[in-house]
Amino acid sequence: MSYNVNEKGYYGQFGGAFIPEMLYPNTDELRRQYIEIMEAADFQQEFRQLLRDYVGRPTPLYFAERLSETFKTKIYLKREDLCHTGAHKVNNTIGQILLAKRLGKNRIIAETGAGQHGVATATVCALMGIECVVYMGEVDIARQAPNVARMKMLGATVKPATSGSRTLKDATNEAIRDWINNPVDTHYIIGSVVGPHPYPDMVARFQSVISEEVQQQLLEKEGTPNPDYVVACVGGGSNAAGLYYHYLDNPEVGIIAVEAAGKGIHTGESAATSALGKVGIIHGSKTLLMQTPDGQITEPYSISAGLDYPGVGPMHANLYASGRGEFISITDKEAMEAGLLVSKLEGIIPAIETSHAFAIFDHRSFKPDDIVVFNLSGRGDKDLQTYIDYFKL
Amino acid sequence: MNRITKKLREDGKLLSIYFTAGYPELEDTVPIIKALERNGVDMIEIGLPFSDPLADGPTIQESSTAALRKGMSTELLFEQLEGIRDSVKIPLIIMGYFNPVLQYGVEAFCSRCADIGIDGLILPDLPLDVYQEEYEAIFKKYGLQNMFLITPQTSDERIQQIDEASEGFIYMVSSASTTGAQTGFGTEQQQYFERIARMQLEHPQIVGFGISNAETFEQATRKAKGAIIGSAFIKFLTKEGKEHIDQFIKSIKIPV
Repeated sequence: MSYNVNEKGYYGQFGGAFIPEMLYPNTDELRRQYIEIMEAADFQQEFRQLLRDYVGRPTPLYFAERLSETFKTKIYLKREDLCHTGAHKVNNTIGQILLAKRLGKNRIIAETGAGQHGVATATVCALMGIECVVYMGEVDIARQAPNVARMKMLGATVKPATSGSRTLKDATNEAIRDWINNPVDTHYIIGSVVGPHPYPDMVARFQSVISEEVQQQLLEKEGTPNPDYVVACVGGGSNAAGLYYHYLDNPEVGIIAVEAAGKGIHTGESAATSALGKVGIIHGSKTLLMQTPDGQITEPYSISAGLDYPGVGPMHANLYASGRGEFISITDKEAMEAGLLVSKLEGIIPAIETSHAFAIFDHRSFKPDDIVVFNLSGRGDKDLQTYIDYFKL
Repeated sequence: MNRITKKLREDGKLLSIYFTAGYPELEDTVPIIKALERNGVDMIEIGLPFSDPLADGPTIQESSTAALRKGMSTELLFEQLEGIRDSVKIPLIIMGYFNPVLQYGVEAFCSRCADIGIDGLILPDLPLDVYQEEYEAIFKKYGLQNMFLITPQTSDERIQQIDEASEGFIYMVSSASTTGAQTGFGTEQQQYFERIARMQLEHPQIVGFGISNAETFEQATRKAKGAIIGSAFIKFLTKEGKEHIDQFIKSIKIPV
């Protein structure tokens, strides 16, 4: 049994394409072509070259000595925070913009929550000279002003999503509606391993450069490509999918997924989808999602804008349901304190999303010779105001 | 015979109205159905509200949000519809998104629909292949017709496939758009209407999206069997109230 996607677009019982007919031609075109396009030699050459020269890959795999001493195990950090634009998100947007060009599309749309994916999309659109429209919830626009400004500087149009809770899920709805209204010339760059097939697989493949590099780098440093554990935070799950990808079917490597418990799983203000979600349909995918008993999608909460998505990618839903992945929920408080600790011990201020992953040591222990690779998925610059307010800095 | 099939065999063009259950007021569902039938509407789509209606524009989104806020739910809708067949004779269809149906339980949902006298379902985000593999048998067991959508971008091959899988009618989305986004039909739509007419499909087509008045109704039904009005009716309800439904219907189609 594989934990990767099957030919019908499912991970176990999760995934598929639950989309209205209006989206069928677009997703069908993608489904038929994405693997062929991505595997073509000229595509790979252009993709790899941009990852190297523009994004700054390979990102380092850094042995975190002081963290390792503190938690008495061998901790490596995969430094996705050093990517251009400050997070792993750009791996996917570089890939998708090249794909969009080959599909002959001349307009790009995207959704964004905290603004990281919006910035990464606006960046590659500027790079390629392609029109870019980013949907962002009205509430998020107000609380993420610097990223809104960055997108505008990069030439993107930021359109407020004013429906529903006016956050990420509604921005995604608006982007999907835009795609319905512009089916021919537009490509929708989804930012995570969510949405209808083939998006979860396509985004995971673009992000899989992370685990591909970890394998090589770990082999050089430890004489084995396999860590004992790979650890990543999961909102939609793209950085996690990238870190897990080449280890999915390798039973020697433990998979740990860290979700945002918000103020606590049972407080009603949480984003711990595996703990609180039930199987349902969100944004065209069958997955675990937070919803009322009546099937209405509920609004999650996390101090981290990148983790407050009510669903989770179908790959991760399957890792949870099958027991292949170990899921841990971390509260705002635990995450903030872990972020401060990593800053002080390693001189790296992580994004609050990433900080959640570093808080697992209160929940589980590792053996002294375990090799534990964390995806340091993003840097904390964008979160400074939240850190300032929280710690009264 | 299913009421939808029977209705489709009648002469003349059919006017179908979509409205959101529980809007403008929670208890308006049944009075609106009765008023629509009284005023000569041929078929009704009762919208089961959903928090995240992907295929809908602002009007239906807002009416759905309002209905949910007032307490509309799947169970409440079924309770409201109990006994509807004592008076209402025209075909009734529930239109909504798949997740609420999935949470209710697909078989339980279908069984309840059959008890009430619902004739069919339109679930735009339940794809054809999943329906056929997992749910068709259940729908058939309870005598419910499942209507599929086609759009101007749907290939001829897929339209044939949908025609084969269909019962009742084919829901012909007039243009590449969400609901309520169009204001009239141009040459592109006319060509699409003609292309579909030339295909000589087995199942009649009812056009939806972009029909808001007598003119667009007439244009949409030149080739197709009927047309569905949703957003324009909801806008009317919001502005004029349910007491004046007769005026709206008369402005579209003179009752036979």
